[in-house]
Amino acid sequence: MSDALETQTFQVTRADLIRYCGASGDFNVIHWSERLATKVGLPGVIAHGMYTMALVGRAVTRWAGAPDAVVEFSVRFSRPVPVPDTDEGTEVVVSGVIKEVTDDGLTKLNLTATCNGDKVLSLAQATIRKR
Amino acid sequence: MPLDPSFVGRSWPPSEPYLVGREKIREFARAIGAPDPEYHDPEAARAIGYADVVAPPTFPIVITMTTSHQIVTDPALGMDYTRVVHGDQRFKYTRPVVAGDELVCVNSVEEITQRGGHDFLTTRTEVTTVGGEHVVTAWSKLVQRGEADAA
Repeated sequence: MSDALETQTFQVTRADLIRYCGASGDFNVIHWSERLATKVGLPGVIAHGMYTMALVGRAVTRWAGAPDAVVEFSVRFSRPVPVPDTDEGTEVVVSGVIKEVTDDGLTKLNLTATCNGDKVLSLAQATIRKR
Repeated sequence: MPLDPSFVGRSWPPSEPYLVGREKIREFARAIGAPDPEYHDPEAARAIGYADVVAPPTFPIVITMTTSHQIVTDPALGMDYTRVVHGDQRFKYTRPVVAGDELVCVNSVEEITQRGGHDFLTTRTEVTTVGGEHVVTAWSKLVQRGEADAA
């Protein structure tokens, strides 16, 4: 594992958000209704923060090489991820660097997620245990 | 109206057990586009030491968000859910959630603060099996935006 982890890009469409509504049980209108999202001052339909966190989780488990490697995982949702009603939707780009490898075999990662060049998470960190 | 600070330190009785289904984990993994075989194929999960398919790291939110609803909807807390956004999320795992787990949540309020006209509520959810084995602890910070910000 190198210090900077390979950047991973995830496409996000409206269909993905609808599917995530169903799978997670979070049917907040701002994730599927343009009309109601703009009414509360948002630029439009936005992704669930937990959907973005899930994509970062995919990146982390892929870097770790194991689906059960994550020991600790935390994020702050600093900016919404608007998802336009187009075939392409938008993209979330996830990168990470190794901050520390502890004596007891844990690796601490600092994570970055961007959409349209803007950071959508801050204080995003994961601790993984190599198998 | 600020949130009632007397809620800090309060905890609630354990939730009804949630039985984690194999198809629910598969559905969640499909929804986040995660193809890892251990999320879908019990044999692949057994090969790394689990009894059934394992869940992706953020899966516990499916269970914890539902049970922590009892806190945020308590009228005495004074939270206007239409002005609430998700601020922070943190998980600390003992092990991943596995299909077949019967999970119980104990919710508490860890912190209530105010800053810049916004109210912040941090809930903590201890997720254990019905047998008392710790699986994961989840912290959610919710932000109630100030009235002036509300549309």
